[in-house]
Amino acid sequence: MSVLIILLIVSLIVALGFLFAFLWSVRSGQYEDDYTPSVRMLFDNKPKTNKEIDNN
Amino acid sequence: MQTIINEQKKDLHCFHCGEECDDERINFEDKLFCCQGCKTVYQILEEGDLCDYYELEKMPGISFKNTTSKRFEYLDNETVKEQLLSFQDEEVGIVSFYLPQIHCSACLWLLENLFKINPSIKSSRVDFLKKEVRINFNLKEISLKELVELLTKIGYEPSINLDQLDKKSPKKLSRRLVYQIGLAGFAFGNIMLLSLPEYFGLDIQSSEQFSEWFNWINILIATPVAFYSGSDYFKSAWRSLAQKRLNIDVPIALGVIVLYARSVYEIVSKTGVGYLDSLCGLLFFLLLGRIFQEKIYHRLSFERDYRSYFPVSISKIENEVEISTPIQEIKKGDKIVVRNGELIPVDSILIKGKGNIDNSFATGESKPIAKQSGDKVYAGGRQIGEAITLEVIHALNQSKLTQLWEDYEYESEEFSNFSKITDNLSQYFTPIILLITLAASLIHFWLGHNNVFEIASAILIVACPCALALSAPFTFGHALRWLGKEECFVKSTQVIEELANINHIVFDKTGTLTYSDQEKIHYEGKKLNEEEIIAIWNLTNQSNHPLSRKIKESLGKSLAPLEIENFRELEGKGLEGTINNRLFRIGSAKWLKKDAKEFNSSEVYIEIASALVGHFSFESQFRKGLGTLIQDLSQHYRLSLLSGDNQSQEFILKEKFPEGSLILFNQAPQDKLNVISKLQSEKNKVMMVGDGLNDAGALKKANVGVSIAENINSFSPASDIILNANQFNFLPQLMKFSLSCKRIVIVSFIISFLYNIIGISFAVQGLLSPVFAAILMPVSSITVVSFVSLAVWIKAKTL
Repeated sequence: MSVLIILLIVSLIVALGFLFAFLWSVRSGQYEDDYTPSVRMLFDNKPKTNKEIDNN
Repeated sequence: MQTIINEQKKDLHCFHCGEECDDERINFEDKLFCCQGCKTVYQILEEGDLCDYYELEKMPGISFKNTTSKRFEYLDNETVKEQLLSFQDEEVGIVSFYLPQIHCSACLWLLENLFKINPSIKSSRVDFLKKEVRINFNLKEISLKELVELLTKIGYEPSINLDQLDKKSPKKLSRRLVYQIGLAGFAFGNIMLLSLPEYFGLDIQSSEQFSEWFNWINILIATPVAFYSGSDYFKSAWRSLAQKRLNIDVPIALGVIVLYARSVYEIVSKTGVGYLDSLCGLLFFLLLGRIFQEKIYHRLSFERDYRSYFPVSISKIENEVEISTPIQEIKKGDKIVVRNGELIPVDSILIKGKGNIDNSFATGESKPIAKQSGDKVYAGGRQIGEAITLEVIHALNQSKLTQLWEDYEYESEEFSNFSKITDNLSQYFTPIILLITLAASLIHFWLGHNNVFEIASAILIVACPCALALSAPFTFGHALRWLGKEECFVKSTQVIEELANINHIVFDKTGTLTYSDQEKIHYEGKKLNEEEIIAIWNLTNQSNHPLSRKIKESLGKSLAPLEIENFRELEGKGLEGTINNRLFRIGSAKWLKKDAKEFNSSEVYIEIASALVGHFSFESQFRKGLGTLIQDLSQHYRLSLLSGDNQSQEFILKEKFPEGSLILFNQAPQDKLNVISKLQSEKNKVMMVGDGLNDAGALKKANVGVSIAENINSFSPASDIILNANQFNFLPQLMKFSLSCKRIVIVSFIISFLYNIIGISFAVQGLLSPVFAAILMPVSSITVVSFVSLAVWIKAKTL
């Protein structure tokens, strides 16, 4: 039965880990704007043009 | 490189803004632009290597045709700066702007790449739905004013007004609610997991210790849920009890308390496992409903008052120098300059220049009024024509318009989260549940059972009206979203309920039933020959008076220029000039038609060589489909019309409206308000449909105020519903939809009652097991929510 205790503790730790991840995500403002990121992620980073490479 | 082509071709669209290029056409690098503004933006973007803008969306730009150049000097004023910046230190400034022009992904991309145009901008971040951009910039290298000018130059002029300066932080989805729901969801899942052995009757009970461990962990997890996630329900229930009312949160709070107390009791006394899973599930679903409701709201601000119309600053003359000053700082005796198209912010006296004041914004009177030096001008008027100098006689908060507005502000209704229909129902619901509980306990006591406490608590638990509390917010919330897609924006879910009770609809005329910017001009009298038409065109071309300009436009775009002798513009009368030795006079009836008894300001008379030949009359044009709209509505509602204008269109309107409708003209804002109050005192539920500030009082007073807006994001008075003007014909569907929604809510109430009856019938017999409760509650909530969502969706599709 001692294996159950270990499982219990592990599962609680995992669950609390997710809880804290959730609290962090709220704090960092991820729930304030849930539309714009879905558009933003579709923009490609344009490959550098020759001019810029020359400048660098 | 650059050529201007004047020939007329159809179907040519500006590369930047996509508008048809009719008047002007600019070719630049094989691309076509409709105006210099669009070309300039293209050049700026090209320099910043931002031409991807045009690849993300087709013709994404904002047209420059209808914009007037504004002055941003006031942004150098320290007070204004401080109010606008949300953060500043020596170097860094952070500012949020509301940019109503944001409309596509290309806008988003461009605004987030501002740093490529000007490296002093460190970063910018767009909130697409709120149409906001938050810019982090280097204060030393670029001033706030320059930043705004940059945005304006690329077509995104920030909308800055007094209103925004006052409230710094706009309403956000409250983080507290997100925490509450996250916690409840977390606990719901984990407690269910820990209760799994219990659900399936697995035999881990053999080791006493373990089941106890599991139960104690459950209590540990559920306690913060009950007291943190559920805290809003306790508060609301307490408030409602203090007011001697029973809102829907009372039985919910009671249910939560009983659930928690009984579960803890069972676990501590080792008599059972409690209902902690049900408790967390209940709160999770309830909070879901609440978050859904809150998410729908804050897209548009409805609480607009006069401050959102007024400019932030005005040019004040001090020692013969113009200084841009915030208008709150304008005092009695100051001298201010108001330019063409600017709003007069305070009551004042004209001291220099020719005033031509368009009061349509404040009074609804559509024709500009001429003012001369020494005349009083009131706040809310818009100057058309040359710049005028004014001496202030009342400060901002003492001006007539401001006071008018404040008179209208009757006590705002008590804040309530609940729909009326749910609220009314819960007046009966709670006592009935308490009675059932009491009766069941008495019967069991009578029969000598020793489980009276268990029975009573089981009834209270299972009767907890979770599904009931969810049905109205979800129905009306979905309805709000659907209406939003039709460009009909509703302030709150209560408004839709209120709509279903309306029986009388009152319309404003100008700008509501008629197009606000289109006027039909027709000529009556002796037929004019071509030479005379050209002469009139030339004369009106000399004048800046709005009526002259309209006549000119109606006659043709550009006619042959003629030589005019002795041209004179007579203030308040009209204009005259000699062409080919004939004296032409164009002006008001008062001046030219000596025998006239009534003076109609929407008529312009023509006199050629001392003989009156005819007149132009201006008529506002009715919206398309108005006839059928009124017919549709008159089948179910009584209709009225209140116009601030004169009677000139009485005949046409009487024909359109059904017989016996109340049609009144020359209504001042206060009159409109009084008519609405009178109708309400006759037990009518009144909906007011209006557009201008002159309707503001009536819109507020009416049970439902609908403001018709040409541009959703600006210029509409405070109201309950903002309807895009080109969706005006949507009104009958809106009314129908609101009635369907009410029916859907009633059906969903019946469904949730059925669940309650099933649950209570088990509970009174003492048969309510924790597993049964844990299944029944979510199932009832899910069925009700999916029923209403589906029903609203079907209704909206068949709208």
